[in-house]
Amino acid sequence: MTKKIKKLNLNFGPQHPAAHGVLRLILELDGEVVEKADPHIGLLHRGTEKLIENKTYMQAVPYFDRLDYVAPMNQEHAFALAIEKILKIDVPIRAQYIRVMFCEIGRILSHILNITTQALDVGALTPSLWGFEERETLMTFYERASGSRLHANYFRAGGVHQDLPVGLENDIAKFCESFPKIINDLENLLTDNRIFKQRNVDIGIVTKDDALDYSFTGVMIRGSGIPWDLRKSQPYECYEQLEFKVPVGKNGDCYDRYLCRIEEMKESVSIIKQCLAKMEKGPIKSFDGKITPPPKNEIKQSMEALIHHFKLFTEGYRVPKDEIYTAVEAPKGEFGVYLISDGSSKPYKCKIRAPGFSHLQAMDYLIKGHMLADVPAVLGSLDIVFGEVDR
Amino acid sequence: MISLIDLEKKINSELTTKINKTEIKHNQIYVEINKDDLIDVSLFIKTNKDTKFRQLIDITVTDYPEQQQRFKVIYLFLSHEFNQRMILSYFINEKEVISSLTSIFPSANWMEREIFDMYGVNFKDHPDLRRILTDYGFEGHPLRKDFPLTGHTEVRYSEEQKKVINESVKLEQNYRNFDYESPWEGTKYIKQQTDSNDKKN
Repeated sequence: MTKKIKKLNLNFGPQHPAAHGVLRLILELDGEVVEKADPHIGLLHRGTEKLIENKTYMQAVPYFDRLDYVAPMNQEHAFALAIEKILKIDVPIRAQYIRVMFCEIGRILSHILNITTQALDVGALTPSLWGFEERETLMTFYERASGSRLHANYFRAGGVHQDLPVGLENDIAKFCESFPKIINDLENLLTDNRIFKQRNVDIGIVTKDDALDYSFTGVMIRGSGIPWDLRKSQPYECYEQLEFKVPVGKNGDCYDRYLCRIEEMKESVSIIKQCLAKMEKGPIKSFDGKITPPPKNEIKQSMEALIHHFKLFTEGYRVPKDEIYTAVEAPKGEFGVYLISDGSSKPYKCKIRAPGFSHLQAMDYLIKGHMLADVPAVLGSLDIVFGEVDR
Repeated sequence: MISLIDLEKKINSELTTKINKTEIKHNQIYVEINKDDLIDVSLFIKTNKDTKFRQLIDITVTDYPEQQQRFKVIYLFLSHEFNQRMILSYFINEKEVISSLTSIFPSANWMEREIFDMYGVNFKDHPDLRRILTDYGFEGHPLRKDFPLTGHTEVRYSEEQKKVINESVKLEQNYRNFDYESPWEGTKYIKQQTDSNDKKN
């Protein structure tokens, strides 16, 4: 006589610490093997796109910090680039280097968080303690430049909000000297660690074709052996003048993605160094008074500056009717903004393309046939942050 | 490497009747098609050896409530081989049902669910058309232009009923949307002047 075995449905999250935020994953289990995964998202949905439609272009910038809150400035970058392309304004070279430098700092911030929490998910506590100390240092750089540790609101169309404070460049340079040692320490803990390898090697394999079909970008596609990096293939800002390598994985499993992230951090350090070396004194935002606000002391002296200031902070600048898609290589993948302007000072529509959205979508495909214990490992290597998935 | 102009020619010659308009701007190609040709066109651009738009980056909709064909559906494609981006679009009415791309691009699944959720556009042959971002039991389509920014309902925990309840929004102060827009087009003549000065120099 055969017995019919009932399948077990398991609710993973939304309060599970390994769910990386507020993911509710409904798993269908046959014993310990996952047969189906159905992610329920939207628990952090804040209606960012709707809100942006009701704000001027300058007021919309802070919303981008709150998407992927682990690497805030990378998102602002995509939005700033979209506006600049429509308005056809040039960004001074110093501002370009500052922006690229902070984007790379954001990449390190994000990768540290991801690597260490992935290690935490599979049982290692120490990496996160070591890594978070470095994140703290990086966030003080954010704070010194923009005034806040996380929600920077620093990039503007036409440049950045203000110049770097005295001494910050030196301190970032010092960090670049000391940080490779920390990466080494992390690697000593994890790369050859038996448990870490047992939990990650050959788990969540993505083939090249599937990586394309499921719209994977960033580390997810590079881990599978496709050398695709927007900084190289569709260079924006001053990435053309910088030298860096694009690390590519071989097997497309969680372990390769981890290795890619480690290598990318090393490349980011080198990019930051190059930016610091090439940065010269100069203007940090466009001179067009109709788009960038005047310096504070000028407002007291010049009538025109006063008018510009008033107009920019009430009406905002107008953006001619156009449609544009711009994408940047955010730490998690291709972060894009599809901006539709209608000639007024508010965007008509601003669709945000978040990399995590399509990565999480493939959860069912990735986890099918794996054990329940592999779910946190796969989820960790996807690098999900709910701020951007839910928007 | 195929240039955008070659690409535009290729698409126009191969898909003559299916293409309404093509345009190149911002280093991207914008293509307008008919609603019914979506499957044919996307299958062509995915499989043809000269286009190879293998990745569907995103799908989105814009709402133009004053138009008879209210929604503009926009598809963003990316070709790794040729390093090009294509933006495909078409207009539909509010009630129209459009075909799903999930059979060609599996990643279209959630993107279409998002559109269904946010705009109320229906897809045929979609394997799993449910709401995705909004709450369980949510009503309305938030990204439509006629949906108010503050929404219709708010949730709170009710001490009497000992559960979370939905009630209509009560605001101490309504959302105020100040009209700062200047009626004057003040900047053009300055630009023209400086442009002509530049030419003289």
